[in-house]
Amino acid sequence: MADGFPGRLTEYQVIGRHLPNEANPTPKLYRMRIFAPNTVVAKSRFWYFMAQLRKLKKANGEIVSLNVIEEKRPLKVKNFGVWIRYDSRSGTHNMYKEFREMSRTDAVEALYQDMAARHRSRFGSIHILKVVEIENNDSIRRPYIKQLLQKDLKFPLPHRAGGKVGKKVFAYSRPSTFA
Amino acid sequence: MADIDVKVSSWKLVEVGRLVLIRSGPFEGKLAAIVEIVDHRRVLVDGPSTEEQKIVPRHVLPLAHATLTHFTIPQLPRAAGTGPVKKLWAKNEIDGKWAKSSFAQRSERSDRRKNLSDFERFKVLRLRKQARYEVQKSHAKARAANKS
Repeated sequence: MADGFPGRLTEYQVIGRHLPNEANPTPKLYRMRIFAPNTVVAKSRFWYFMAQLRKLKKANGEIVSLNVIEEKRPLKVKNFGVWIRYDSRSGTHNMYKEFREMSRTDAVEALYQDMAARHRSRFGSIHILKVVEIENNDSIRRPYIKQLLQKDLKFPLPHRAGGKVGKKVFAYSRPSTFA
Repeated sequence: MADIDVKVSSWKLVEVGRLVLIRSGPFEGKLAAIVEIVDHRRVLVDGPSTEEQKIVPRHVLPLAHATLTHFTIPQLPRAAGTGPVKKLWAKNEIDGKWAKSSFAQRSERSDRRKNLSDFERFKVLRLRKQARYEVQKSHAKARAANKS
């Protein structure tokens, strides 16, 4: 997909450096954690950010290592805080959002979907600055996550459409939407 | 004015410990317990059934793919691991209770009927005819007794 949502994301650790030369035979290593749909995009994003932060680009640098960062506990529900910087049509904004997901990549996927929905922003216009798991429930800031953390949370599903199985175009009675 | 007795309807709630029936996806038709609520549309479920072919591994299930059942595992701690869930599942005899529920019985019957061979279907037809004949016979007898 050219400018739409890139699909399932993976978290990569990319390490790169300036090409060694006589002046500096052991250049400094730079490490980034990058969320990307594949390794090609991950390396590309690494060089994109690198050029913004240091005087280092793909033409005079090299990737030292690239590996996948797996989620440590993918069966645990966690709360994540995500700091981003994004370019809207009229300017650049910093944002903080919270997500309740199973993994860091899930949280970032949800973030891209959320930003696309609320602000029509594309993958290319969002920089993820930081993704942090919030372990202390008291430091949750957003009410839409806070409401899910109350003790003994319970709610009904009061209005439900039935399944599609055996459904005809026309019905002789109104469907029941409860139960 | 007549006394009007208003009863609060008792909803089945999405809560930790509630058993849900999975209605679509790879675990369709199986039973699982809500272990934790992710948000208003998704829950974390785990179905460590005592029967091998009915086990549902721990995963996130959209509530749109689930039907709430009347059964709960009371006092299931939030985000309990598969081990404790399995223990409480066995202690509350969930599999037995579910097998006795009318939904489970009905679905089991329809599954069995669906998988009958041609000859078995013929046997069902004959047996139903015989049963019907007996019912009609006794009905006719009762009618005749009433007339006289």
